[in-house]
This record gives sequence, structure tokens and C-alpha cells, in this order.
Amino acid sequence: MINFQYARANDVADAVRQIAADPGAKFIAGGTNLIDLMKEDVERPSRLIDISRLPLKTVEATAVGGLRIGALVPNSDLAYHPLIKQRYPLLSSAILAGASQQLRNMASTGGNLLQRTRCYYFYDSATPCNKREPGSGCSAVTGLNRMHAILGTSEACIATHPSDMCVALAALEAKVHVTGPAGDRAFALADFHRLPGDTPQLDTNLQPNEIVTAVELPASGFAKNYSYLKIRDRLSYAFALVSVAAALKIEGGSIKEARLALGGVAHKPWRNPAAEAALRGQAADPAVFQRAVDVLLRDAKGFAHNTFKIDLARRAIVRALTQAAQGTPQSQSSKKIR
Amino acid sequence: MNQSPSMERRGTEKIAPPASIAITLHVNGEERKLKVAPWTTLLDALRDRLNLTGTKKGCDHGQCGACTVLVDGRRINSCLTLAVMKDGANITTIEGLAKNGALHPLQQAFIDHDAFQCGYCTPGQICSAAGLIAEGKAKSVDEIRELMSGNICRCGAYPNIVAAIQQAMTAMGGKP
Repeated sequence: MINFQYARANDVADAVRQIAADPGAKFIAGGTNLIDLMKEDVERPSRLIDISRLPLKTVEATAVGGLRIGALVPNSDLAYHPLIKQRYPLLSSAILAGASQQLRNMASTGGNLLQRTRCYYFYDSATPCNKREPGSGCSAVTGLNRMHAILGTSEACIATHPSDMCVALAALEAKVHVTGPAGDRAFALADFHRLPGDTPQLDTNLQPNEIVTAVELPASGFAKNYSYLKIRDRLSYAFALVSVAAALKIEGGSIKEARLALGGVAHKPWRNPAAEAALRGQAADPAVFQRAVDVLLRDAKGFAHNTFKIDLARRAIVRALTQAAQGTPQSQSSKKIR
Repeated sequence: MNQSPSMERRGTEKIAPPASIAITLHVNGEERKLKVAPWTTLLDALRDRLNLTGTKKGCDHGQCGACTVLVDGRRINSCLTLAVMKDGANITTIEGLAKNGALHPLQQAFIDHDAFQCGYCTPGQICSAAGLIAEGKAKSVDEIRELMSGNICRCGAYPNIVAAIQQAMTAMGGKP
């Protein structure tokens, strides 16, 4: 690993001051992605500012009936938090679908938002990659692209966002709270991550000296009708080929509200308001689900090795919506898909 | 391949070389004071500085689980943690599980069930299983399998590992 300076932040304001003072500095919290990328020579910070001891580790009720999750709440604590399990089981399920328990014990909520793609060319500093080295080209477009995106791609980048947690947060319409030299601001989760366009080096709209302080969940948790269905090459501890967060509100057999977010298919958790609109007011049945899927995947585009993802997504979405409608969410321990 | 300017670190010329940082780790109940460079992982500090070589370096990228140790009672991958970040922490490695010459129930169970062949992943498997039992979330064989998925065994001793963990859970008053 490269050499670097190390400093601890005393409080959030101190963290912001320290990062603004060194353009080569990066924050470190859980370290599960950053240290790995440093070992691969992909991330080369001059200084690590340790924020892991900052008091951002609580889950608190908000005035509007939601929850505010501190940016340093470990993924495992969040997944098993009684209020998350009870009121936002979609989020709990998605977190438990990702990584291993060791990694979830280390990884923070804020760090999960900021984790970088697992595109193998991004990790391999001997190959061109516009995300790692802007302007050098994309090796994946013409290379091995089985794991890559089918929606929202650009000529510059076809990488996917690797998070499971963020897919559930997108479906739940979470907010991301950040602070920086210019003060506090908040993003809708949908506006936090970016599509690659011609600046794939930017994963998010977070500014360089800003720090994520919290994730806020709205009151509505869709605890009755939800499912997180993740399809991958092995049954556990692998990134998604396609994942689906489905959440429904059903009254009298009719869908009052629908949320659908996909992972493993785009540079950000993928939502499509038109697809969700196609579900609202309809009966919760497979023909309706199929129509929403047609809308959602209308512009999907495969590459040499990942065209299978389009059909896989089609089936996974219908299955996840069916599981949600029936109140039988996908188990993350028994891997049978029913 | 040449690196473009964007790949180079900014600001490195302006800063002094980092000094070693004095830290204290409470390892297997013993206070250990040492000086480490900031880039020393907890895994390397344990193995190379404290000579606790029971914890293994497998992939060194958090993918295999051979480096699993308990930090303040929670299982983590020591290869993806900096030693300086764990200053003051309580760390339990495979060397710290046996008490007063008696094997830990997991160690005994791994022997009883022949839960290894080459043994390289075993310290990580056992530390991970100790963390799993402490968490108390695994109530079924499926859940044991899922919550042990961060520990890879290339010899393929998985059925015996699961059986050993079940035995230890029972011996330690857990389920199943």
C-alpha cells in the first residue's frame, strides 16, 4: 500500500476543516472499500482523515415520523435495528443481501453510499478506465462486460453501482444529509448518485469537501408488501447481476402506491416513475407487473456479454413484485426463490 | 503504463514523511504497545509485529475471511482495517480463544467434526463462528451458512464446518 499521513477528526466541523486543508485527503470510516482500492493503487490519498470515532452512530426518530440514521451506523447494526426490522424491513433485507457479516460489521451507512464500482477494469490500473483515469477510454464497452450496466450507460462508462442498501434507500425515497464548508444541505437519494455521462469519474453529487452526516427515512416504510430479490452468480457474498427492491401499498386488491428500484443494472440505483405509474390504481397481478416492466426496460441496452440481464431483470421484477404483493418477501438466508 | 496527472497524488511533495504512530492494542487480554506506520493493517500488525501468526493472510482484500478477528467482540476482516484506527481496542485472535489450557468449544468442535483439511482458513472460520455465536442471529442451518459466507474454504469442508458450529452453539448454550 502507498504511504500516507493519518489524522483523526475531533468532530464533524474539524473533519470538514481538515479535508479542505489537503486536496489529496480522503475520509476513512469502515475502510472496507477504500483500503482495498488503496491496495490496488486505484485510490492514492495523501492523507486519511479518520472519522470513525465521530458521534454519528445513532438512529433517531424524526419529527415527521421517520428515522434519521447517523452516517457511521454500521451496516450490520442498521440491518438488525429493531425499528428498521419492524418498519423498514426492505432496507434490512437489502443490507443483509450484501457483503459478509464481517464487512457489514465494519462498513458504515455513509460509506455504503460512497462505495465505488466493482468493474474489473476500474480496479486494474494497467487498463484504460474513464472513471479511474478520465479520458483514457472505457475497456468494458468492448471488453468483458457480463456484470455491466444495461440502463443509463454512456460511451464513456458502463459501470454499475454495487450497493444493495442504496437500492432499498432509493425505493424508500430516503434523503442524504451532508455538510461542508458552505453549510448543511440534503439530497433526495435519487439525486445523490449520478449517471456516468461524460464525467464517469464522479459517482455522486457530493462536493469534494463535503461529508455525509445522516440518511433520513420518511415515515412510510412499506413494511407489509415488500421484497428485495437479488440475483447473483453464487448464493451469497457476491454482487448483484440484477437486484430488485419492490414496495407496494395495496388496498382492496388495488395498488395505491408502488416503488421499484433496480440494482446491478446502472451507474446508480435505477428508478423509473413511468413504470411505477403503470402500477398505480391497477390490480396486483402478473399482467400488470409485466406492463410496468415493459416501460422500465424499454430503453435497456445490452453489450456483448450482458444482454441476458434484460430478460433476467424482466423476470426478477415480476417475481419481486409478486412476492411483495403476496406479503412473502424473499428470504436472505433460505435462498429458494418462491 | 504511464500514469496521467490525475492518477498522481496531489500534495505529497509538500508534506513530511509520516511518522510512526504509538498505539495500544489489548490483544487476547494483554496490553500491547507498539509504533506503527499509518498504512500498517491490523492484520500485518498482529502477524509481523506481535508475532501472532495464527491469523492468516489469504486474499488481503476482504474476500476470503482468513484474517477474521474479533475487535471489541465483533468479527471483522483485519486486512481491511488500519492498526492506527483500532488504537485502544480489545482484539481477540485465534491464539486468545483457548482458556487455561482448555480448547474453546469451537476449536474442540472443529476437531470432533473434522471441519478442515489444509487448515489455512480455520483460524478465520473459528473467529468468525465465535462472532456469529455472540451475535445470536443464526437460528437455523440456513442462517449459519449465510452468516458464515464471508469465510471461504477452498478445501470445501463446509458441511463439517456447519456441523461443528452447531455443536459449539449447543455446547455454549445457544441454538440450534
